[in-house]
Amino acid sequence: MEGLLSLAVKAIFVENLALSFFLGMCTFIAVSKKISTAIGLGISVMVVQSITVPANNLILTYLLAPGALAWAGFPDVDLTFLGLISYIGVIAALVQILEMVLDKYFPPLYNALGVFLPLITVNCAILGGSLFMVERGYNFAEATTYGVSSGFGWALAITAMAGVREKLKYSDIPDGLQGLGITFITAGLMAMAFMSFSGVKL
Amino acid sequence: MAHKRREMLIDPLVDNNPITLQVLGICSALAVTSSLQVAFVMSIAVTFVTAFSSMFISMIRNQIPGSIRIIVQMVVIASLVILVDQMLKAFAFEISKTLSVFVGLIITNCIVMGRAEAFAMKNSPVDSFIDGVGNGLGYGLILMLVGVIRELFGSGSLFGITILETVNNGGWYVPNGLLLLPPSAFFIIGLIIWAFRAWKTEQVEEREYKIQTVEAH
Repeated sequence: MEGLLSLAVKAIFVENLALSFFLGMCTFIAVSKKISTAIGLGISVMVVQSITVPANNLILTYLLAPGALAWAGFPDVDLTFLGLISYIGVIAALVQILEMVLDKYFPPLYNALGVFLPLITVNCAILGGSLFMVERGYNFAEATTYGVSSGFGWALAITAMAGVREKLKYSDIPDGLQGLGITFITAGLMAMAFMSFSGVKL
Repeated sequence: MAHKRREMLIDPLVDNNPITLQVLGICSALAVTSSLQVAFVMSIAVTFVTAFSSMFISMIRNQIPGSIRIIVQMVVIASLVILVDQMLKAFAFEISKTLSVFVGLIITNCIVMGRAEAFAMKNSPVDSFIDGVGNGLGYGLILMLVGVIRELFGSGSLFGITILETVNNGGWYVPNGLLLLPPSAFFIIGLIIWAFRAWKTEQVEEREYKIQTVEAH
């Protein structure tokens, strides 16, 4: 239990997907102009991340890992090279299913999150989360914790960024830095601030 | 025609650079640039994937039903990325370890999808191939630029060959450790964008609020 807690804190602050691994940067920069949209996107990422990371973990353990197909009578088969295509397929399919379920049973939620869901399939933070899970060899409990907390960390980062940018648009910025340039530099300063968490030991 | 194709190749380098202007594919641009060698391999990998995925998607563009085109594009791209990943593991294992998840993340690199969707779906295979190479090179250009700055001033070397002798090895150069850390990549790209826009002023974005000067009474 303690291990899971420290994994969660590490995934949210120290190894923040957006600010220390630069994942999901395209959407991070493009959709962080207003706090309300940033929160919407952040929540959608968190939801999708909490579903896809454990799902991909199950696929890896029971279908792809070396010897995983022993239950089907193929103990020597190693399908790990199919990993990338399976993970992205799972992500695309789950996002589609989530969209349909929300549309059918939770229309208000669908109206709030609907526009962001297609964006999420190509969000590197989602695929990155699954790939980190594979690389670090998490088990199912760890994968679930990692999915939820890394999604939360990403949501936190984009909300904070939107807060800064809402104020930033009133300031007098040199012409060439206007827009994209200053956003990068702001993100750099935020990443430095987040680095100070790396001293926290749990 | 030949002239148009050359333009397609050169245009994405500065005038329509995927990173500084189209804001595509920044995810990996920042993470793999702390040493030049890794940045170089990454640029080649992305150029390869962009060029060939554009070409293949353009070849089958008339057969893909509109409603499932994203999935089809994704499968083409993912297969090419698996190819690159396996090649790297076979011939450059050390580098593939350093790149870790970022090779896999070429799949979600917006440049690849962006070019497939915006260009390859409407143009001939040869044109799409050239457009893919151009955009891959534009991406590579920024990657190498950031890589040179970070490796030269962060650890005093280029491609692992010492250029500035560091203090630890009895030289004179005190390396700037910040440049090896993630945040520096943001600053460098921000400044590169500034430099590009100071040169090509038509790329400057509009201000949302104008600052008015009030005359003193």
